[in-house]
Parts: sequence; C-alpha cells; structure tokens
Amino acid sequence: MIRFDAVTKEFPDGTVAVDDLSLTAPTGKITVLVGPSGCGKTTSLRMVNRMIEPTRGSIALDGQDTGRMDQAELRRGIGYVIQHAGLFPHRTVIDNVGTVPRLLGWDRKRTRERSRELLERVGLDPHLADRYPAQLSGGQQQRVGVARALAADPPVMLMDEPFSAVDPIVREQLQDEFLRLQDELGKTIVFVTHDIDEAIKLGDQVAVLRVGGTLAQVAEPSYLLAHPADDFVADFVGRDRGYRALQFQDAPRLPLRSEHTVVLGEPPGRTDAAWLLVVDDERRPLGWVEPSRIGDRAVEDADLHRGGTVARAGGSLRGALDAALSSPSRRGVVVDDSGSLVGTVLAHEVLTAIEDTDRPERDEGDPVHGGAVATPQDGG
Amino acid sequence: MDWLSSHWDEVVQLAGDHLYLAGIPLVVGLVLSVPLGWMAKRWSRAYPVVVTTTGLLYTIPSLALFVVMPLILGTQILDPINVIVAMSIYTIALLARTVADGLKAVPDHVEQAATAMGYRGLRRLVGVELPLAVPVISAGLRVAAVSNVSIVSVASIVGVAQLGNLLIDGFNRVIWGELITGIVATVLLALALDALIVLGSRMLTPWQRAAGGHP
Amino acid sequence: MIGSLLAWFTDPANWSGDDGIPYRLWQHLWYTAVTMLVAALVAVPLGLWVGHTGRARWLVSLANSVRAVPTLGLLLAASLWLGPKLPGDLAYVVPSIGVLAILAVPPLLAGTYGGIGAVDPSARDAAYGVGMRGRQVLWQVEVPNALPLMMSGVRSAVLQVVATATIAAYLGLGGLGRFIIDGIKLGDYAEAAGGALLVALLAIGLEGLLAFVQRRVVSPGLTGRAVGGSRNDDEREGREDPADATVDLRTPA
Repeated sequence: MIRFDAVTKEFPDGTVAVDDLSLTAPTGKITVLVGPSGCGKTTSLRMVNRMIEPTRGSIALDGQDTGRMDQAELRRGIGYVIQHAGLFPHRTVIDNVGTVPRLLGWDRKRTRERSRELLERVGLDPHLADRYPAQLSGGQQQRVGVARALAADPPVMLMDEPFSAVDPIVREQLQDEFLRLQDELGKTIVFVTHDIDEAIKLGDQVAVLRVGGTLAQVAEPSYLLAHPADDFVADFVGRDRGYRALQFQDAPRLPLRSEHTVVLGEPPGRTDAAWLLVVDDERRPLGWVEPSRIGDRAVEDADLHRGGTVARAGGSLRGALDAALSSPSRRGVVVDDSGSLVGTVLAHEVLTAIEDTDRPERDEGDPVHGGAVATPQDGG
Repeated sequence: MDWLSSHWDEVVQLAGDHLYLAGIPLVVGLVLSVPLGWMAKRWSRAYPVVVTTTGLLYTIPSLALFVVMPLILGTQILDPINVIVAMSIYTIALLARTVADGLKAVPDHVEQAATAMGYRGLRRLVGVELPLAVPVISAGLRVAAVSNVSIVSVASIVGVAQLGNLLIDGFNRVIWGELITGIVATVLLALALDALIVLGSRMLTPWQRAAGGHP
Repeated sequence: MIGSLLAWFTDPANWSGDDGIPYRLWQHLWYTAVTMLVAALVAVPLGLWVGHTGRARWLVSLANSVRAVPTLGLLLAASLWLGPKLPGDLAYVVPSIGVLAILAVPPLLAGTYGGIGAVDPSARDAAYGVGMRGRQVLWQVEVPNALPLMMSGVRSAVLQVVATATIAAYLGLGGLGRFIIDGIKLGDYAEAAGGALLVALLAIGLEGLLAFVQRRVVSPGLTGRAVGGSRNDDEREGREDPADATVDLRTPA
C-alpha cells in the first residue's frame, strides 16, 4: 500500500506542482492519477520513488516512510516504467531487462533465465533477446520496459504514461495485455495518464487531479462516471458518460430471440427476412447478408456485411446495446463464451434493462465524499 | 606597441598576403564544394565515399601537404600556388560534407513544391535549395575561414610570405613585440573574416531576419 | 624529383641511427602518446564532470575558442618564454609538449562533454529510476553512450597532436617533422618530401586505426550497424551512424 500524507511539492521558482495531496493506493490494485497538464500527476508519481523530493508531507510504503530509506535501495524495490521506455541503447534487450537483478547482485545465469521468462511473459518473441533497442518498434520497446520493471519482482510499480507514445492500435493491445498481466501478478500500481478513457479502462481506482496539484475526486471508475464531484471533474470525464458507464454494468438476463441462420457456403433458402445471419459450422456468427441480393446461389464471403459488433451473454449492457445499434438488421447478436450464437436482442429491450438497473448509489464508492472503497485487507 | 608602430606598413602588407592566401582557397573551395556536396546528397552511395575521402585529406598535416604539393603540381617549393592549392583541398575537405548536409536539411516538402512549380535541376538548386542551405553552409564556412587563417601561418616554414613571417622572425631575433603582433594580427584577421561571413550570411537570408531569427 | 625521392627512401643510411626513419617515427609516436595521456588526464575528468553535473559549460566554449590562435605562434611564444629558463633539451621539449597538450585538450573536452550531453535523457532518467547510484549511472550508462562522440574527440585530438608535433620540429623537437625541417634548411627537397609523405602516412594510418578501435569499442546498439528486427507496428526513420560522427574538433595546424 502507498499512502500520500499531505504531500506538497513547491519548486524554487514558486510553482506549486502538488498541493496537500492525501491519497491511498491500495495493495494489489491499480490506482490511476489522471488530469490535465500541470495537475501534478507525474510529479506525484515521481515523489514515490524520490526522483523528486516532497517539500512537505510524507509518503509511506506499507507503513514505512520513504523519506527515511536509502534512495537507491528504495528504487530497486519499485518497478519504474516511463514513456518512451528509457531503455539503455548500448545494451541488448536481455541485458536491459536484467538491470535490476544485476544491481541486486544476482548471478548472470539466474538473471538471464529470469529475463527470458519475463520477455515471454510480456509477449515478446524470444529471438529479440539479443537485439538492441534501436532495432525494436515502439510497442516492442515499451514491452521491454515493462519486463525490465518486473524483473526483480517488485511489489510496487510506477508507470508514467507508458502507453502514450505508441499508436492507438498498439496502445489498445498493450492495455489489454497489461490488464491480463496484472490479473496474474497482482502488483500495487500507480499509473499516470492524461487520457481519461485509459484511466477508466485500467484503473481500479481513479484519482482526478486539478491544475495546481489538488485532488478533485478519487473513486472507482463507474462511480466517477455516474457521480462526478464538481464541474471540473464532470468536464474532464467528458461526454458520453452515460454510455461509457454502461461498460461497468453487467447485462442482466436479456430476452433473447432465436435467429434463423444460414451456413456460409449454402444458399439462403426461402425467407422473407431483409437480413439473414450467416454462421460457420460451429454456429459462430460471421456477418449479415441480404437474401434478396443472393437469390438461389450459395452465400459467399464477399456478400458478408460485417458492420455489427457481437455481444457476450453475461457481458456488459454497453456491449449489448452496441451490438443492437451497430447491426444492419437492428438485431444485436449475442454469443456465449465459446463464440457460438445464443440469440439476438433488440435495442429497446436493452434500454428497458438499463432503466430497470440501479445506478451506483451515492456515498457507496467515493472515499472522498465519505464512502469507503472496498479493498482486500492491506499489509503483508 | 612600439614595434607595431614602426613596422606598420610591413604588417599591413603581410596581412594582405595572408588574406589572399587564406581567402582565395575559401572561395575556390566553396565553389568546388557545391557540386561535390550536391552529388553526395543526390546519390546516397556517393555520400560515404565523399565523407571518407575528404576526411582522409583533412587528416594530412598542413606542413606535410605544403611540402608535398610541388611534387604533385610540379611547381617550385617557394611558389605560393602550393599553399593555395593545399588550402583549397582543406577547404573542400571541410565544406563538401557541410554542403551535402546543408542541402539535406532543406525540407522535403519545399523541394517537392518547387519541382511541382516547374523549378528543376540547376535552377532549383540555385534558386531554392542553396539559399535555404545557407545557414548550415555558412556555419561550415566560418570554421573553414578561421581554420585557414591559422594554418596559413605555417607556410612561413616553406618560405611563403604572410603574417607567419612575423612569428618566425620574432622568434629567431627574440623580438617579443614582433611575435605578439604576429599572433594578435592573425587572430584579428580570423575574427574579421568570421564576422564578414556572418554578415554575408545574414544578407543572403532576409527571411530569417524577418522572422526574428538568427543564422 | 621523384627519382631523388625514391633514392632517399631506399638509402639504408636513412633507416638506421638516431636520425633514421624508425627512430623518428618512434619519437613522433612517443610524443603523441605522452601528450594524449596528459591531455586526457585533464580533459576527460573535466568533460565528464561538466557533462554529468551540467555546470561550468563556459569552460567548453573557452576551450573551443583556442581554435583561432595560430599553432605556430603558440609554439614559438612558449619556446621563447620558457626556453631560456630550462636546461638542455628541456628548453624545447617542455614548451612543445606543453603546447601540444593544450591544443589536445579542446577536442577531448568537447568530445567528452558532447558525448555525455548526447545521452538519451530518458535512458538517464530510467537509470536513476531503477536504482543506480550516481557513479553507476555515469559508468554503466552515460559513458558507454557517450563513447561515439568521445572517440570522435580522441581522433580529432590525436590528429591535432600529430600535426602540431610535425611543426614543433622547427623548435628542435624530434619526430618525423625533423626530416621536413632539416630538408628545408639544407635545401634537400628529397628529404623534406620524404618526411612529408611519412607524416601523411602516419596520420592516415592512425586515423584508420582509431576508426577501427571506435567500431570495436562502441556498442553496436549505438552505431545502428546491427540490422534486422520486426518493425511491424510503427515506421522508424533511418538514423545517421553516430560512429562516424565527425565533429571536427581540431584546432588547425
């Protein structure tokens, strides 16, 4: 657990970057610091591993005041990932990953084994181990950066906009893999980003900071979307709040209707439907076709209309609503966990389900406004 | 300085010779570096060849080059031509790469816009690319100028007259006034040439002045 | 002319004794080595300190302005000033080595300082962030990354010294320059030209050697020579090869 206790950072020229910040980052959870430029999020992060020293206040790691610890030893116990990875260009990938273990005195063999293991964990091809950072793409470099941070298995990770410097497609992949990794590892993570959507996607707890370094609100993402504390937070969280909040609400049992289907490669058969769902031999949906254009011949790949998204049964309301809205037939496709068709749902049915669902209650998920964030026991 | 006041004419004469010996190669070197640099930029295979060759040439110490010149040119050892050719080689060695880099620094989109408007080949080089490369080239030219002025004084050892003569003579006859004058005059000449190039470069790039920038 | 030049080179008398080619070559290399050592002892720690701490940058500008002063002038002035005060050979050896060392410092200083300055700031930040102490950051990260420019500075300095040592022969210093000076004094063009060719060959040879050393010593990760890799997500621009960074830091000689 990381605890900020009335932390303030004032620079010699008078700028107050962080103002009286008190915040707890629970063990084993991802706490995201988010806010506009100048809100002190990066400064706050860098005070945890003392890359910047607080002017007032203290930061405690599992109860121990970081200010009293040896700087270098403190940092060796914290994983540090920055934008642009900051890899050492003169060392190979595998040597980069092994940096902290070597600093801690591990022998070469053990370090190399561990490094290889981590490279695999972050999804990198093992033959990249002996390459140099300059030969890697941005996304690959970032993965190496994460592997390096994990090498000595630190309980705490600090991440400063680690996914901002890559393009959106790569960013999404990295985010998904990061969540998967965290599922396996359960580290205590403080993550900084300027992107509210990233914050909502990744955070167990999101702290919104204002310009001038004050804390505006800290809460679970769903709560933040539903109950922004003031105009600044509301503005920052942005539009489509209602829609985006739906991703946190599981779809209750939606009324599903069965759907006539045709298997790819067979003719549509007699039907009055304007749109027909095409599946493969395992009943996995492939797309929609218009029988009127096909007539008696077999349905081919080129006929498929792939515009609709597919929702998982038991997934979120957002997924279900989007499936209905995006489908050309206006019937949202729902599948089970193996991807096989379960049925379809109409938009108004989803909306009815939404209206019947309770919104997160005020004071339930907002520690700043008197509630408690449910966390597992801290310590150890 | 007493020595200076009584030998003013002589110093001025030598300074003029020095300027001649250092300056002509600057001009010749610049003119010859442009096509060389252009070729190096245009054909990427030529670039490393040009860089390596000019690098090697610059490696040769000046005194050695001055002495070897008569062998290559078939001239007398005392002929100033030796110095001028040698200095031109040094200038080209310095500037060819600079010109290439300066031309490379012209943004692609400007080049393409110029071509699209019908500017091609030599006209484009002279009308668009070179003017834009002026800041980089003038920086290199300044280095070459200061360098040349300093190197030329060595030519006194091979008997070619210029400010270096004051150094040799002052040393041999233990006249501090003369020696110091020699050093100071050389430095001043170098600084003067440097300032001249800065001025010329500014005049050639009015768009930078207008933007409030500086070369 | 060529004839007498060849005769000079093939004359066995020129290959033996204190004024023979091998001895003079040895002298020239010896002076170069001693000078480089002295200059490095001053310039490298200074450059590392200025680069690492970011202070006293004016020192570097000062060093660079030495470029405008004529080498011959410095040599002669130093000799005239110190010569009378020193006995025997020291009268010309000390001022010569002194000036040689002074002229070797600027390129070394600029290369060291520039090299440290060229280190990727995020790599430096990450080095502190993973828990390296100042000294570890310097030796494990900054210096290896500074090597391309540092080596470039070494090369410039060596060539500078070789060239100046050649001129110092005028003062009486040994080395290959003596052939040139003696040749001119005696009107023996063959000797002068022979010496000049040898100096040129020495310079080119050393440059080649140092370029080779640079290639070996600098990490392949920095030179861009290591090719290959899967760049499947974003386009990377080609980089210029920093191993060939030829920032010419020599004072002219």
